[in-house]
Amino acid sequence: MLGEQIIKGMAVTAKNFFGSYVSKDRLTTVQYPEERLPQKGNTRQFPMLVFDGDPEKGLRCVACTICEKECPPQCIFIVKSKDKKPDYKGQPQLYPAVFDIDVSVCMSCSICVEVCPFESIKMNTEFELSEPDRFEGFLLHKEDLAKSNEYYSKLHPDDARDSDAVLTAEKAKAEAKAKAAVEAKLAADAKAKAAAANPAPVATPIPAKATAPAAPAATPNPPPPAAK
Amino acid sequence: MSAATMPPPSFQVKPKLDAQGEPLGELLEISMGPHHPSTHGVFRMDVVLDGEEVVKLKPVFGYLHRNHEKIAEGISYLSTMPYTDRLDYFCSMTNNWAYALTIEKLAGLPVPERAEYIRVIMAELTRLQNHTCLIGFFVQDMGALGTPMMYAFREREKILDLFESVSGARMMCNYMRFGGVRVDVNDTWLAQAHKVTNEYAKFLDEFEEFLTANEILLARSQFVGVIPKDLAISAAITGPMLRASGVNYDLRKVDKYGIYSRFDFKVPLGEHGDIYDRYMVRVLEMRESLKILQQALRDIPAGPVMDPKAKLRGFRPKPGEVYGRIEGPKGELGFYVISDGSPNPYRYRIRPPSFINLTVLEDMCLGHKISDAVVILGSVDIVLGEVDR
Repeated sequence: MLGEQIIKGMAVTAKNFFGSYVSKDRLTTVQYPEERLPQKGNTRQFPMLVFDGDPEKGLRCVACTICEKECPPQCIFIVKSKDKKPDYKGQPQLYPAVFDIDVSVCMSCSICVEVCPFESIKMNTEFELSEPDRFEGFLLHKEDLAKSNEYYSKLHPDDARDSDAVLTAEKAKAEAKAKAAVEAKLAADAKAKAAAANPAPVATPIPAKATAPAAPAATPNPPPPAAK
Repeated sequence: MSAATMPPPSFQVKPKLDAQGEPLGELLEISMGPHHPSTHGVFRMDVVLDGEEVVKLKPVFGYLHRNHEKIAEGISYLSTMPYTDRLDYFCSMTNNWAYALTIEKLAGLPVPERAEYIRVIMAELTRLQNHTCLIGFFVQDMGALGTPMMYAFREREKILDLFESVSGARMMCNYMRFGGVRVDVNDTWLAQAHKVTNEYAKFLDEFEEFLTANEILLARSQFVGVIPKDLAISAAITGPMLRASGVNYDLRKVDKYGIYSRFDFKVPLGEHGDIYDRYMVRVLEMRESLKILQQALRDIPAGPVMDPKAKLRGFRPKPGEVYGRIEGPKGELGFYVISDGSPNPYRYRIRPPSFINLTVLEDMCLGHKISDAVVILGSVDIVLGEVDR
């Protein structure tokens, strides 16, 4: 009979229509501003900079500009600092004097997150970012981008745990290396003292440095061959 | 008919004549698009009509040209990956795979077992959602305003949720990497994928009950927009359009790239090469995809998802040229890359399936009504992001 299949098709629409009142599978929409769906696991929107402790001093970024170079739409702008500040390992490092991301250019690809060797730039999940000014409003500065590690741990608990583990391991490695360097230096100095009976100037700074975060002793002078 | 009303010389076609040899009417040249709901994006058809019949059709594209191929020559290999998402924005996973496969071929990178399985799962999910959406769209072109498309989009969203929870984005996944995939999938995800796969068969049954035997769809699609077998081959058509014309050519069977040789699936073929066959081939392909998905989700091994030798920063493949291709949902998606040993490709070119499938649009439309031209265009399955690049 002509039209039989059309009637069958209408039965399907009727099933879906009435089904939407009883079955969650047939009504998947939510009323957005009032109702919200839970965030999906790895969801990403725009980059942010993670800091530990103080938003200014604890910023993990060392202004290496790898993300700036790799960013496909070139939306990151970094100016390196003139001076250095100690990083989480205690080593003096540069920090970004300016770190801007133009989120109206950003395409949320997360390449910056992948290439960052310092676990510093991560993806935020905030998406309600409407601004009345389309130039300045979307140019996020260092202060807007800085987010605490606790905030990040809340967004992506698994990833945050991983990156914390990486940082702790790095720190432990750096400390062990610094300690080994200090010990080696002490041993070398003792040897030198024994050999030439040198006066104190070389030996005295060492205890002072060892009490401070041990690492600065290690970086300025490239690890001496005796360190091994 | 005066000379002033004749179409311009580029459209030298004459209107039909009556018994006395006089023209029955005038030809009408219509520019459909670039902003037209039936053109699936910014695409223009210059159509010359005799009455309602199409006598000449010229596809005009380039409205969405974004200089993708040239941009890729100026940025690193890795940075091109997110741009490939934006070629065919329905199938970012397969685009990623095609590009990753090409560069892996160039650099000689192996891919871990688990990553290969994940890639197959992602590609088949992409095929599912692409075909579902496409059917929704072109049924809408026939006048089924909204309802089938909404059902299609409802199901597609379940797959996009899977993509989002693993890659972080619904459509612009940016998921594959040279030598593996970016993030591993967890057991919860696999269970969810299993659930979606199992429920999809039910949805397909309902969708088919809704559409397949519908008299209006049959009347509008059977023996409309026919591509004969020899034309399909000589015009280098690929994908479901080629198979609807009865040519058994599926790169998953021909190239056996990735691990497709391990799966048991069939390649559905059409007979007449009309719109209905293209519709049916896609529906059957979805059912085969479900089979592949079930096998892949069953067999997926544990292990790493990234080759340890693969590196993200400072990736410089050795000089050489390579062409890598996969069977995307729309057809053969190929990437041609020449490397000169620098961090950027020296030359980068894409073979987009829907662009080449579009070249036979005039052959399909001639002699049909203008309203059929809309449906024929819908059945080609074009995405302008890929056509124009």
